[in-house]
Amino acid sequence: MDGTLLTAEATQSGAEILLRALRAQGVDTIFGYPGGAVLPIYDALFQQNAIRHILVRHEQAAVHAAEGYARSTGKVGVVLVTSGPGATNAVTGLVDALMDSIPVVCLTGQVPTHLIGNDAFQEADTTGITRQATKHNYLVKKSGDLARVIHEAFHVARTGRPGPVLVDLPKDILITQAPYAEPSQLPHRSYRPVTQPDPARIAEAVALLKRAEKPIVYTGGGVINAGPEASRLLIEFVRLTGFPCTSTLMGLGAYPASDPQFLGMLGMHGTYEANMVMHGADVMLNLGARFDDRVTGRLNAFSPGSKKIHADIDPSSINKSVAVDVAIVGDAAATLRALIAAWKADTQVQDKAALATWWQQIDVWRSKNSLRYTQNPDSGSIIKPQYAIEQLYKATRGRETFITTEVGQHQMWAAQHFKFDKPNRWLTSGGLGTMGYGLPAAMGVQVAHPDALVIDIAGEASILMNIQEMGTLAQYRLPVKIFILNNQYMGMVRQWQELLHGNRYSESYSAALPDFVKLAESFHAVGLRAEKVDDLDRVIAEMLAVDRPVIADICVDQKENVFPMIPSGAAHNEMLLGPEHKENSGGYTGKSVTDEGLVLV
Amino acid sequence: MAEILLRSATISVLVENEAGVLARVIGLFSGRGYNIDSLTVAPVERDRSKSRITIVTSGTQMVIDQIKAQLDRLVPVYRVLDLSAEGPHLARELALIKVVGVGEKRSEALRLADAFRARVIDASTESFIFELTGASDKLDAFLDLMRPLGLAEVSRTGVAAIARGKGTIG
Repeated sequence: MDGTLLTAEATQSGAEILLRALRAQGVDTIFGYPGGAVLPIYDALFQQNAIRHILVRHEQAAVHAAEGYARSTGKVGVVLVTSGPGATNAVTGLVDALMDSIPVVCLTGQVPTHLIGNDAFQEADTTGITRQATKHNYLVKKSGDLARVIHEAFHVARTGRPGPVLVDLPKDILITQAPYAEPSQLPHRSYRPVTQPDPARIAEAVALLKRAEKPIVYTGGGVINAGPEASRLLIEFVRLTGFPCTSTLMGLGAYPASDPQFLGMLGMHGTYEANMVMHGADVMLNLGARFDDRVTGRLNAFSPGSKKIHADIDPSSINKSVAVDVAIVGDAAATLRALIAAWKADTQVQDKAALATWWQQIDVWRSKNSLRYTQNPDSGSIIKPQYAIEQLYKATRGRETFITTEVGQHQMWAAQHFKFDKPNRWLTSGGLGTMGYGLPAAMGVQVAHPDALVIDIAGEASILMNIQEMGTLAQYRLPVKIFILNNQYMGMVRQWQELLHGNRYSESYSAALPDFVKLAESFHAVGLRAEKVDDLDRVIAEMLAVDRPVIADICVDQKENVFPMIPSGAAHNEMLLGPEHKENSGGYTGKSVTDEGLVLV
Repeated sequence: MAEILLRSATISVLVENEAGVLARVIGLFSGRGYNIDSLTVAPVERDRSKSRITIVTSGTQMVIDQIKAQLDRLVPVYRVLDLSAEGPHLARELALIKVVGVGEKRSEALRLADAFRARVIDASTESFIFELTGASDKLDAFLDLMRPLGLAEVSRTGVAAIARGKGTIG
């Protein structure tokens, strides 16, 4: 016996139990693709209306769409795919969600339990393959466990540090009659993440922060994941303290980019002021960021003079690569609430004079205007990619706008030049750096927010990695705008080849590109193209005016590089500025990259 | 530079006794490049609902703290204890040791086995199998002595460990 109490209630098929459990978890949308092993679920879906199924064109896109749905709503995204190739195609999406801490539940079909291990048709060891690709995974071997496992999967996905959870469902489990169980109100047996910060650590942190002369608040995706309340508290805390605030790629939008206390993004392609502040700070407060290598640069030169406070919901993120002085384990909102209360209660007076001096220094760094570029305004001039993003940003102001990206130069320019004032509006593949993320993620956002403006800022190489999802956009009339910065190169690869590999552009040219205008039209979308600077504003306006999917092919300067740049293995104060900054001798000489740095990615 | 000092750690992990849990632990070690010097696992509850994994590993203090934190966040993990950091603890290992030989070497092996309190659990005219329990370095020392005396085969269990005193992992 499996230990489950059978009630007098009539049993249902496993597939019906599954859908009932999903409804109990508040699921209204599933992104999926059918196949043999999940036919019973598709049959049950057919006979109900509470849950909407979005048919994607590739299982990887189903996971990214669920990520887009999750990141823009704060809810758990749900994926349904079949066994074997359905599951293996989903793996990239799962790792992407794992790296960026996105709550997703992925339901995979599996061959019937009696065939598992027999190399059956479309069999793969899905739980084995995805063990390191998920926060947790399950193989349901008994019908009696089904409802409990589904509820538990949602609990694990959304609590603690969120992440993807996979449930592998053998076909016989979906057909056999099974009892339903409500979500348990009891705490989980072994999984109990800490969310409330330790008051003693909060007091230590406040003591350091109050005495800080050169402070910095460094925020990450953890603030976004903790919900909009965390962002509100972050604004309250930063204003209360008068501290400067910077953000990782994942954290953009948690603190309003238009606020003068915001220094912009930090790290490899962060602003000069953000990186110089990190380097020179005496007290650093890290909220929900993880000292990623894109942020720290050379570790032994990272913010060498600072006392470091690190608040994170995941204890394994603390002291992983950077040793810190005060470790706070807790949810970002709970931590900020405690910090604000302790700051107000603490009688120590802040050294306002020192802080004012620090801000004067920051303003000097800021005056370098490190994101500067020059757009030739003459008719017929080639479009600078940064200018294209700025014009897009200006044209979308006042509208409820969500931006997704692919991966590469366009992603960095979007992060630098599109200003986010609210959380959950910026969706990009940060940790895994998955080309092909942006289009399906935008699809997921648009499904969740049908009336919002959803734009995938893309490159011409990345967009081709999940271009098949144009079909999904057409089928569900999702008016996603795809804004391609087309420089006919895998631009970031080309940039590294230029700077680090002697201009040998090995395999980074985007040869034989499709005509994106015709491609859009063949997928029932609108295709637009801007070849010269005079076309740009018209194309953007047309794109935004159309209530249909659009591909806007923006032909941009092929030679443009992303600056500032901290070269591999360099420190924050060894940043390279762009050709605009003559004092930096027109940019990069290649000398500051060591062999040690060259091996870094 | 105390930070770069390598140390050995004996870590006890109490886990839900479910399919795949050992693979999760081992996958974590291999995926993140941590060492496993020894690993043992067996159910420890009467209803077999929980298992105890004992891992002997080595690394800098920062790496060992990281291993603990990584183990602790696995969903089926109840408790992680670094026994070597928590205070006095006992660590024991069992070995079955086959020594093949005749004449003086054979009787010398038997004499040393007696000195080490190894039990003879099988004997033929040309071989002994000794059973020896103790700390790993005791087993190592015994095996070193047996090597010139006809050591033929070894099976070791890996380390089981527990903290001294009345405190428990549960």
